[in-house]
Amino acid sequence: MLRGVDASLNQPSSPPPPRGRGRNLHRFANPGRFLRLAGAVQPYVSALALIVSVVGLGWGLFFAPADWQQGDAVRIMYVHVPSAWLASAGYVSLAACSFASIVWRHPLADLAAVEIGPVGAAFTGLCLITGSLWGKPMWGAWWVWDARLTSVLVLFFLYLGHIALVRAFDDPERGYRAGAILALVGVVNLPIIKFSVDWWNTLHQPATITLTGAPTMALSMLWPLLISAIGFTLIFAAIVLAGTRAAVMESRIRAKLRVKADENAQDKNRAEEDTP
Amino acid sequence: MTRKKRRLYILLACGLGLGSATALALSAFDSSVTFFVSPADLEAKHAESGRTFRLGGLVEQGSVKRTEQGKTPEAQFRVTDGRASVDVVFRGILPDLFREGQGIVALGVLQKDGSFRANEVLAKHDETYMPRDVADALKKSGHWNPDAGPPPPAATWNTLAPKPAKGG
Repeated sequence: MLRGVDASLNQPSSPPPPRGRGRNLHRFANPGRFLRLAGAVQPYVSALALIVSVVGLGWGLFFAPADWQQGDAVRIMYVHVPSAWLASAGYVSLAACSFASIVWRHPLADLAAVEIGPVGAAFTGLCLITGSLWGKPMWGAWWVWDARLTSVLVLFFLYLGHIALVRAFDDPERGYRAGAILALVGVVNLPIIKFSVDWWNTLHQPATITLTGAPTMALSMLWPLLISAIGFTLIFAAIVLAGTRAAVMESRIRAKLRVKADENAQDKNRAEEDTP
Repeated sequence: MTRKKRRLYILLACGLGLGSATALALSAFDSSVTFFVSPADLEAKHAESGRTFRLGGLVEQGSVKRTEQGKTPEAQFRVTDGRASVDVVFRGILPDLFREGQGIVALGVLQKDGSFRANEVLAKHDETYMPRDVADALKKSGHWNPDAGPPPPAATWNTLAPKPAKGG
């Protein structure tokens, strides 16, 4: 398992940097260096994620003003919108890992992709559930098959497909390859999600916050929304970081056990040879 | 060419092919991806009566008439997109957000007389989020009438609010 990781894990000290153009990327492919760096960053990311999320959600759910026509139902937005952003942004990170996996055979990218899948699926699920809870009182329907809702549902299935596919092979390398291809094919869905509300008539409203124009939202609602979004992003990063660290450690332990098992087998053979 | 480079180019070529295939497929299915048709689309296409579809637009100002047929409430209103408008009849309970000037999507059948009999009315929320006090201030100062359409842009909300009166 994890041939690429094992190869560098078995070396006692950090390996000499490979020559040529790939050197800069390979620097980050070294799992030992990743573990040291991630271990140092992890407590800060986790603590910050917790604090920022609590501040953002607390502000949004209890202190932000109610909307003039949605009333208190507008507070669902402080969970729905950040999780929707994270659903798409998480998929971008999954696609980036898949790209690094296919082009550079980056071993950490494989492990990270496996960890991103369930977290992205959870945020997409949260986005769909909160959207549905908002849709019933506001639109009058739990669910409609408009382009935005349907494309986000497809995103959810892409995540689920990736989760299943990377675990479906006896040889994990083959699972990583297949999952990476699925993730990259699914990238076509991202512009569809983003622009569905502009390209077609949808029941879902178009974007409130755009890169080009001023947001059509009062500042007293915008601030808690942005803080929640930062908090959710940090939660995402903290979970994926912790998962990837655990995966690297697991493969390292597995490699050590295998070495030990080999040694034991050799000793046994030798002992059998020695006995007359 | 190194193997890495070759993989990169193969991947980019696949992406290009897949992207253009998706774009072509989506533009071919354009009309079925669209959730509703607007009154102007309806007029341009001369849609025949008897077919079920979704009609979307703003509820025209001053057009809502609510009556009661037995126990079920009935509402008559006009749906407009600024260029054309269609008469809509709906029997049943309207969503809370339904009001004049609000965007709605109605599922129903076009009648022979050109009116639209709706079986289901959904309210469409726009992308504006406004606290109650801001809405009240805009309405009081006369900068915005909710029945007439969407509010002015959020960037102007503070400057639009009436200045405190100086000594009566």
